[in-house]
Amino acid sequence: MRHAFAVRVGPASFRIGSAWRAPVEALADLYRDYPPATVPDFTVRLEPTRPWRRWLRPSVAIAGDFTLPEAAPLPLAQALLAAEMGMNLQMALGWRRHLLLHAAAVERDGRALLISGESGAGKSTLASLLATRGWRFMGDEFALLDPASGTLAPFPRPASLKNASIALAGEGRWGPLLEGTPKGDIRHRVPDRAAIDAMDRGATPALILFPRFGEAAAARAVAPSEAFARLTQASTNYQMLGEAGFVALTRLVRDVPAVAIDYPDTATAIALIEERWA
Amino acid sequence: MRYRAPPATALATVRLDEFTAVYHRPSGATHLLVEPAPEILAALVEPLTLDELADRLAATYELAGDAGALVARVDELVAAGLVAPA
Repeated sequence: MRHAFAVRVGPASFRIGSAWRAPVEALADLYRDYPPATVPDFTVRLEPTRPWRRWLRPSVAIAGDFTLPEAAPLPLAQALLAAEMGMNLQMALGWRRHLLLHAAAVERDGRALLISGESGAGKSTLASLLATRGWRFMGDEFALLDPASGTLAPFPRPASLKNASIALAGEGRWGPLLEGTPKGDIRHRVPDRAAIDAMDRGATPALILFPRFGEAAAARAVAPSEAFARLTQASTNYQMLGEAGFVALTRLVRDVPAVAIDYPDTATAIALIEERWA
Repeated sequence: MRYRAPPATALATVRLDEFTAVYHRPSGATHLLVEPAPEILAALVEPLTLDELADRLAATYELAGDAGALVARVDELVAAGLVAPA
């Protein structure tokens, strides 16, 4: 590829090649506090859908070690989103060293809070907000559970905030606003320097949270079996890991309490979380 | 007809709450089972007819007199690939 950028996020290293200069410059700026990759685990390629689409109405297709044939190309202005989707895809389909949970994670006092939920549940928003309140940001997309030790490895890529949550997620260094993407407006919030510097320091899970946005405030304990069923659904590589995944996940849900919360606004969610954490 | 469960070495079993998680090593499939399915699997380590199975379980579970329920549970385990005709 003409232009390339390499970065390490927690245990995973990526090389992102691009037919255009602009996406690589945007990535280099967004990730300027991150360590460089040495040997990439994954390659992502941002390339034109047709050769002439490098110049004419530039259109970015996501390619790499793993690809989704139905992934729609994005306009060049949204290449940061294409890179993020490409990196997510490599992790989701290719990562084998941890049980990979679609969850955000934050840490306090060496103990981690796992936040699992569908898109729109508030993973990125809550993790970003907690990071402004004394918690360490460990990631907003993937929580990496080490099958051997039961600890969580950080994957603190910039948080991907969407639409109304962009205004809610608090202070920090932000990437450019990406307007009108297939997911709406998106803006990336870079974790603070301390969270990036601690990207090699894991934490022991202490609470599993299943949030749901838009309902009246409520909280209920979630039984281990329900947590297990939800988290197998939230894992992209549970099947691939075989028995190692089974052992890691049954241990997690037996050792760590889980709670489901409904929240009408973020202040309520934070209060419910702090109450359960205490 | 006799039925048989996989040998104990083919299963990893973790009791979670009222559900028991079972990992079936030959297929790589995970199952969440409720009582009396884990007990049926344990009893069928040796091949048994339904009557013999009912006798084994009767000591612990109130399945006696409801043979239909036991047949249904065994059928479910057969469908899940955890029990097979011996």
